Amino acid sequence: MQSLTNRSKVVVKKEMTFSERIYLPAILGGLRITLKHLFKKKATIQYPEVKREMAGIYRGQHVLKRDENGAERCTACGLCAVACPAEAITMTAAERSKGDEKLYREEKYAKVYEINMLRCIFCGLCEEACPKEAIFLTDRIVPTDFKRGEFIYGKDKLVEGVNNRVDVSIRQTTSVAEFKQVPNLQHNRLSN
Amino acid sequence: MSSALIFTTILIIVIFTITLVIAMYSTYGERKVAAFLQDRIGPNRAGPFGILQPMADGVKMFMKEEIIPDMSNKWLFILGPCIAMTTALMTSAVIPWGNSLSIGGESYSLQVTDVNIGILYIFGVVSIGVYGIMIGGWASNNKYSLMGALRASSQMISYEVAMGLAIIALVMMTGTLSVKEIAAQQSGGNWNVIYQPLGFIIFLVCAFAECNRTPFDLPECETELVGGYHTEYSSMKLGFYLFAEYINMFISSAVISTLYFGGYNMPFIARFISDPNLLTLLGTAFLFAKILFFIFFFMWIRWTIPRFRYDQLMNLGWKGLIPLSIANIFITALIMWLTGKVS
Repeated sequence: MQSLTNRSKVVVKKEMTFSERIYLPAILGGLRITLKHLFKKKATIQYPEVKREMAGIYRGQHVLKRDENGAERCTACGLCAVACPAEAITMTAAERSKGDEKLYREEKYAKVYEINMLRCIFCGLCEEACPKEAIFLTDRIVPTDFKRGEFIYGKDKLVEGVNNRVDVSIRQTTSVAEFKQVPNLQHNRLSN
Repeated sequence: MSSALIFTTILIIVIFTITLVIAMYSTYGERKVAAFLQDRIGPNRAGPFGILQPMADGVKMFMKEEIIPDMSNKWLFILGPCIAMTTALMTSAVIPWGNSLSIGGESYSLQVTDVNIGILYIFGVVSIGVYGIMIGGWASNNKYSLMGALRASSQMISYEVAMGLAIIALVMMTGTLSVKEIAAQQSGGNWNVIYQPLGFIIFLVCAFAECNRTPFDLPECETELVGGYHTEYSSMKLGFYLFAEYINMFISSAVISTLYFGGYNMPFIARFISDPNLLTLLGTAFLFAKILFFIFFFMWIRWTIPRFRYDQLMNLGWKGLIPLSIANIFITALIMWLTGKVS
């Protein structure tokens, strides 16, 4: 079989030579290696002050988008929950009552929408499945907590604020943007 | 007479302080060296460059809850760290920290006491150091502690033999047991390491074993023995054990520098500087530079090579170093006889 790196060595079980047995040359070799590391560039990132640059397509904490009028886009169709391989998403649908047109875009909305952040594997399939462009993964990191229950995020944490929108355009690569220009997907466009 | 006494008292206090400060900053240095060798930065939050980290650690140690296990032997439990700390600090008495200072026409030696059996004194004190670990491990009434203590004591006793034999060759060469004499004989770059390279390597390896430093840190290997002999210790008693280890490291470095690397002697400098006091202080600074290098070397080794297995440790000690040091004695004797130093 051809090796991948050409760096593999055939192991031979042989008697150690004298210089190998006294161990000191090996120690000196090791000391040389560690001394080199003394002067190497450090890998540390001083976290709270300096933040590591994330990949443009980083998939972090989810957001439930509102449309340009501030109404929730999610219609509780359940496609995200079906698509979710980790079964992290649960929801309860409800019918929009009169006078709530400002709050929910369509007649059906998600009364309860929960994502278990401990189950979620951040694969982004929910985002892909969503026909209403309601759920997106963002570049935010899910914060730590002391209790498991706290990791089940409800609508209070998932839905973006009306005046506090979450930018999801970072993840939209050119190919994604092009895909969204396909005419028969027009109803999915952001500017509905 | 009384002025000499005052000077000695001051010297003791100064050495005591320097020892403690160096041991304190060795903990900081260890973390920094470890970090740098692993491409990290290390502690840098407490003060500039993390320089206050040892204080923070010290405060932490004092604030921790003091736990004495119910089934332990209380007096021995307290005695253990005391012995470890005391013996660690005692050794520095016979190390010549410099030549002599002349103040007001009188000359004072920068050595607390010039015992004419200084090397034996060092060995005696180091041997008592084993008791600190042994008693602590035994009194804890914990099998991990006991295992750690057993390992520590057998390791230290084994390596003391080879260490002593390595020193015998040196003593044969220098013809004295006084540490000051040995240091003085090495003036002018006439370092003992040139004549005793094998003896030096044996001594160095044994010094690592005596200090329970990697690769001989079996008594306290976390992976096998939880914490070794100090598993049950908490608060400042644990701090004492850890601190004693760093003091031992400092003292070992001082002993190595003095016995094999010329001590306070600076080659070539005496030609340029005529003031003897300045020369003495420079020599002391030079000695401390050597000591700091060896402390760094201890840490450098620690973060380079892995730990020995216990049987490998014993093999190396009894089958490797002891025969080698005996051979070293014979070679030294043979060369001394051939060169006509002894009749």
